[in-house]
Amino acid sequence: MSVGLDLVRVRDVADALARFGDRYTARVFTSAEVAYCAAAPAPLAAQRFAARFAAKEAARKVLRPAGDAPGLGWREVEVCRAPDGGPALRLHGAAAARAAALGLGDLAVSLTHEAEWAAAVVTAVRLPATS
Amino acid sequence: MTEQIRQILRDHARLAVPVDTLADGDDLHEAGMTSQASVGVMLALEEAFDVEFPDRMLRRRTFESVDAIQAAVREVAGARAGAHA
Repeated sequence: MSVGLDLVRVRDVADALARFGDRYTARVFTSAEVAYCAAAPAPLAAQRFAARFAAKEAARKVLRPAGDAPGLGWREVEVCRAPDGGPALRLHGAAAARAAALGLGDLAVSLTHEAEWAAAVVTAVRLPATS
Repeated sequence: MTEQIRQILRDHARLAVPVDTLADGDDLHEAGMTSQASVGVMLALEEAFDVEFPDRMLRRRTFESVDAIQAAVREVAGARAGAHA
């Protein structure tokens, strides 16, 4: 099993939103993530963005490139909603390819956020090799 | 370029120590730069040097030191200049 964990200060995300605006959101989040987060009032919106950034970083730790492997864009890890209403991860492009190359099954995610901090943990199980 | 990079680090890296106490090869993550702060540093670098870092360069080591950042900026600036040649 692989695990990644990340902790984010909500104020740092709020500052990035204020300083860089659309350059920050367009670079880090998918349009669906932006729509969900931005629908909340400002303090809660920053918490939601922070939790999703934490999830992306936690997933990138699970998918951590070894050696000279290229890095992964933040938008290639998307936080979406599972059928049960909880958070889920959808991998795109190079992130999906990396997970497949590592033999990982679906990545699981849990988020938490409050006024000051947001955090996320991501786990993945390596699938048995098929003969 | 290094002084410009150091100013960006002062403004965005949220280091636990003054930038002036760090050598060009010192690890910025160990000096307190978080993953979120590195995004701000990246965006500020792109603004200042009119470049865009491709996803393949979004690795911890790309922004791990002043030296690494300078090399990364030169790489993307050189690639852009070559594309326009």
